[in-house]
Formats: sequence, C-alpha cells, structure tokens
Amino acid sequence: MFTTEMLESVKKVEATRAARMGTEPERMSAEEKDALLKQYHPDYREEGFDRIQVGPNAGQKAPRELTALLHSNSRLLHRNLDLTKIDYDVDVLVIGGGGAGASAAIEAKAAGADVMIVTKLRIGDANTMMAEGGIQAADKENDSPVQHYLDAFGGGHFAARPELLRRLVMEAPDAIQWLNGLGVMFDKDESGRMVTTHGGGTSRKRMHACKDYTGAEIMRTLRDEVLNRKIPVAEFTSAVELLKDEKGQVAGAVLLNMETDDYLVARAKTVIIATGGAGRLHYQNFPTSNHYGATADGLVLGYRAGVPLLYQDTIQYHPTGVAYPSQIFGALVTEKVRSLGAMLVNREGEAFMHPLETRDVAAAAIIRECTQRGMGVTTPLGSGVWLDTPMIELMGGEGTIEKRIPAMLRMYLNYDIDMRRQPILVYPTLHYQNGGLEIGGDGFTKTVPNLLVAGEAVGGIHGRNRLMGNSLLDIIVFGRNAGKMAAARAKETVLGRPGLDHITEYARQLQAAGVETEGVSPLLLPDYARHER
Amino acid sequence: MEEMVNVYFFGKKYSVPASLTIMTAMEYAGYTLKRGCGCRHGFCGACATIYRIKGKNELKTCLACQTQVEESMYVASIPFFPTDKRTYEIEDIRPDQRVMMELYPEIYSCIGCNACTKACTQDLNVMQYIAYAQRGEFEKCAEESFDCVGCGCCSVRCPAGISHPMVGLLARRLTGKYIAPQAEHLNRRVEEIHSGQYDRLIEQIMEKPIEEMQELYNHREIEK
Repeated sequence: MFTTEMLESVKKVEATRAARMGTEPERMSAEEKDALLKQYHPDYREEGFDRIQVGPNAGQKAPRELTALLHSNSRLLHRNLDLTKIDYDVDVLVIGGGGAGASAAIEAKAAGADVMIVTKLRIGDANTMMAEGGIQAADKENDSPVQHYLDAFGGGHFAARPELLRRLVMEAPDAIQWLNGLGVMFDKDESGRMVTTHGGGTSRKRMHACKDYTGAEIMRTLRDEVLNRKIPVAEFTSAVELLKDEKGQVAGAVLLNMETDDYLVARAKTVIIATGGAGRLHYQNFPTSNHYGATADGLVLGYRAGVPLLYQDTIQYHPTGVAYPSQIFGALVTEKVRSLGAMLVNREGEAFMHPLETRDVAAAAIIRECTQRGMGVTTPLGSGVWLDTPMIELMGGEGTIEKRIPAMLRMYLNYDIDMRRQPILVYPTLHYQNGGLEIGGDGFTKTVPNLLVAGEAVGGIHGRNRLMGNSLLDIIVFGRNAGKMAAARAKETVLGRPGLDHITEYARQLQAAGVETEGVSPLLLPDYARHER
Repeated sequence: MEEMVNVYFFGKKYSVPASLTIMTAMEYAGYTLKRGCGCRHGFCGACATIYRIKGKNELKTCLACQTQVEESMYVASIPFFPTDKRTYEIEDIRPDQRVMMELYPEIYSCIGCNACTKACTQDLNVMQYIAYAQRGEFEKCAEESFDCVGCGCCSVRCPAGISHPMVGLLARRLTGKYIAPQAEHLNRRVEEIHSGQYDRLIEQIMEKPIEEMQELYNHREIEK
C-alpha cells in the first residue's frame, strides 16, 4: 500500500530502530514547550479565529467556524410555535446520548426523577464510543488524587478551574468502581489489579483501559443500563433551542424530529446539556477524529440562553491522527500506541521528540517536523511522521499489539498495512474542545437557573489542554453529578410558562452589533453532501 | 484524472472516485446521511451495509465507513435493525448458565450454519461466542465478542433469530462485574477518599499560588 517514497523512508526507520530502542528521547523544558506552542500550535494562528460580537463573551476570540454559528439566528426566529402543546413533560431532560448524557440519566433515574434523553442520532453515537486509550484514576499505592490534580493542572497550563478539577480527581476512583460495578471489563491481571500505563503528561501510571475499545466498552455498557432502567430515549431528535420561563429558569427545549422535520416541545424542570464536542466544524480545515454529530450544538443553545463560554479559543489537536491511507484520514490512532512504546520518528529515521509529551506539545512538534524542518513524509493529502509501531512487539513481545490495541490493528489491516511489521504515518487531527460552557463546582451554570452542563460541552475542567484519559473520566464524573443534582433540584422547582423570548432578544443584539447573517444554528449535521449544481 | 467506479446505491447508478469509502461515496453522490452514519471510524456500528458485486452470487456485509467502493457494487445500508434486547437488573443476576436460558433462550436454537460469523464486519467468531454462551462460559464469550461494535449484521442473517450482540454484551457485563477478580487497590482508595483522607491535601494544593504549582509541576518525579 505504501508509496515508493514511503518505503524508502521505512528503511531508514528500520535502520535506526535497534539503536533507538535502548534510549529515551529527552523531554522538553518548560521554556522550549512554550516557544514551540506559540510558533506551531494551531491555537496561535490568528487567522483561525474571529471576535465574538454579542453575548457574554463579546470581544473575545473563538474559532471562525464557531463564531459564525454564534452569529447566526435561531431556526425558530419568527416562527410562531405553539409552546402550550407539550409533547414530553419530565423532571429532567438530558440533551445528548453519549457517555455524559447516559451517566446523567442513570443517576437521575436512580434518584427517583422522571428523566428522558433526546439525541439527534442514536444513543451511543458519540465521541465516548470512539475514545480508545483509557481513563485516568489515581488508585494505585504510589499515586494520589493530589498527584493527579498536579498532572492535570500543569498539563492544562494552570488554567483549570480548581473547583472542577478537584471533583474530577477526587471522584475518579469512585467512577471506575461504579463502571466496574456495572460490568465494564477493565484490563486486570490475574489478581484483579488494574493494568495501568502512562499517558502523555502523567507522572504516574494511572491509565485504565479496556484494550483499545475503552470508550466503546464504557458506552455500550452505559447504553445497556439506560435501556435496562427503561429510561425513554428519543433518537434522531435534536434539541434546537432551550426554553426559559418568565422567571428566567430553564424550562425544557424545543426539539426537531430529524427525519420528519417536525418540531416538538419538551417541558422539563431541569435540563442537562451533554452535547459533546465540535470536531465536525473542521476548525482550520483539520480532519477530525470526532463522530458525525460533533457540531457544538450545546454551546450554541447555551450561549443564546445566556451562558458564558470559557476557553472557547483552545482546541485539542490529537498528535496522532491517521495521515495515510486517505480512506481513514484523520481517524484517531490512540495515544496508547505511544504508551506501549512506539516512538515518533521523522522521514530520516530520527526520533525527534519524547513520545509522551502532552498532546498540544506533541501536535506542535509534529507540525514543526512536517513544515519548517521539512522532515515529514509526503502523503496524498499532505504529510506525516512515522509512529514506529513494530517497537511495541519488540519491547512487549509478539502478540502485544493484537492483545492491547486490536482496534488499531484491524483498522490498518483493512488497508493491508500490518502495524506489527511496518510503522504507520500520523499527523495531528482535530480531537477535543478544551473549552465550553461555564459551570460552577456543583455542575449548574451560573447564569440560567436549573440548567446544567456535563461532558465535553463544559469548559474549565481541564484548562487550556487536556491529558489523555481525563475526558472519559470527566464525562462519567460530571455526568453522574449532573444527574444527581438535576434530580434533586427538580423536586423543588416550580415551573412558569416556557417561552422563547431569549432568541428574539439575541437576534436584536446581533442586529444592534451590525452582524448580518443568513445562517441558522445550531448546525446539527455537517454539510458533506456534494452537489454538482 | 481520478479513477472512477460505478456503484449502485439502492439500485441507482452513480460514478464515484474509486478511492472513497461507501460512506463518503454516498456523500459524493449527494446524499445527506441521517441514518446509517455515526462515528465514521469503525467503532459504533451505525453504518451496517449489505452489498453484492454485480454478477456474483455472494451477499456481503460491511461497515460503510470502513469499506472502499468497488466497481459494480450494489449497496443497501441498513437504517435500523430491531435487535431484541432483554432487560434485567444487573445487581440481581448471577453468572450461571440459567441467566442465558432465561434471557436469551433462542441461542439454544442455533443450527450451526455459521452465517453470523460470515456476516461479522469485525471478523469475530460469532458462532463460537454463542456456543460459549450456551455452555455458560461467560468469560470466553466475553473475550471472543469483545471487539463487537453491535452493527447487527450477524442478527440480520441468523435463521434462529438470535440477537448476538446482546448475548455478548450480557456475557461481558457478567464477566466485568462478577467473574473478574476485584481490584483491591481501587476499593481501598475509594474508601480512603470517602473517609476524608485526602480532603486537606487537596484543599492545600488548590490554594497554592501559580508560581508554586509551576515549580512543583516542572520538577515532579515521573514514574519509569
């Protein structure tokens, strides 16, 4: 499958392998990392950003594609929907059917609330399903939640909100125990000890995994549990706007049947936004590792209702997306490949960096290798560097790849590339939205009463970069918390009349700011269909 | 010029670049996908697809996002399959053979045709893991079915009406919860946290000034 140029380069990678095996490339100093990020990380490319003109974050920058959605109007503007005809009436409305939404629904139901999930695709069609590498928790003897806090805080450039990060690390072991109790099959040794590894930027081996199907194993278990508990799930039903009552409390959402284009009204005493990320907005034209529905819908709904964003200008580019073959361009190559020992190697066979730097640093270093240094390998869609996967078999013994990262092996074998014998080509891919809607330590937004956010749609848990394994963790920790909080709050909430005045007000602000738009948002699905005319 | 092939989506002919997957070829042809598209990277099973190459007898199954188009491919995606999931209380069941007999008795009607294995988009030995489930060997069933993405192609082809992905899922949950040994270090840590052992330490680190945190972070010891 490889081109002649690629095969030539593979020979150089093979030639240096034995010598590289015995060494560990040096880690960068704090100053080197800062300089590298400023010069090569996409977050520092001004042309990728615009200023937000209206709302709580007016004057701040956000990716251009996100700004365009924030500058668009509601599809319900000037449409006189009868909001008195209620299609669903619940205590807790969960928007989003990924890991955070499912966790929230399970806990809300356990707390006695009448809860439902709405999701624009199917339950489980979410980034959770695609998380491969692992989930962090400080549960080994040489580790502690405090050490986990330090790793995450530093890895996120000291910008995480302490009250959020505290919850993340302190409730991590509990999250693993909860998942294990639901039947998630974690990798364990014969005595039951968790098999844990490093991730980029961890100081202790605290990455728990289920082979390289960690997210899939968690998601299918949570989905099964949602169904076991008979929690109603409205699939192919998106939320297109939040409802607020005359007291300013959230009061539910207007839904759209994705197949019939009919609108529906869901009244709810509390609402949890668990809509996930934004990879399908393809910031700066990057490919993405995200699922089809990752279009930042929750950010748009929440922002229009008055919830501020936090760190909306920081995006995680996963250093190792597939660079070749084109059919799987941008797909994730789990960080676990590096945890297991594979090095990042350039065209000439040189290991140009320590394989376990944090993701932002690794992504920037790969971009530098492929641009300024001209040491990338040419591919049909750009360029890439080698991830020297045969090292895993040499270090861990034959069969390690099949046992520990079977999904990766399968993905490449589909295209006749055997990663046990040949290295693979990688380049950064748009992976995670570090920022999102702002919440307090209790999971509620600070501006719209009874509205909560959980999962990737939240900003501030990780700061300005996120460590591997802390996202699967945050969806469980903050999802469960949101479910419990929402159920409790619903008991004491008296709803007024659901309305949409806030979208009219938002439209007025857009007009006042001189923003001219014909677009509508949220986007719901990316526009991939090609039409010749 | 890009090499093109002719494919037939739901019987209608389109000329598409040969390098595309079935999914991206449908989009190239102008389809806006709603059903039959999820993670797009082979993990969610939303894009179960049946196809046949014109003139060949064999009916094939695949994931549209992981399969390249071929000349004269007749393609139909499966928008939904009525998988038969039985509900249960995970706390109340136990990993004994009876649980399969009660929840999924149809697995004992397997006629051994192996159509499920042939249909598997992940190349799993589906009939084998059903055999393990029949015998109550849940750990083996869990291991054998672990890479299942739940696309349902096996169930579509099964003459006995078995919902294989659901059987594997039950076996995995039983294994994860009851059969695999407990992680003592995990249970200990959860207790320590609940007893408040880390409360003061976490308060302390939360209150440290940024400069001190930078110092701590940049000089922290990293486990080999």
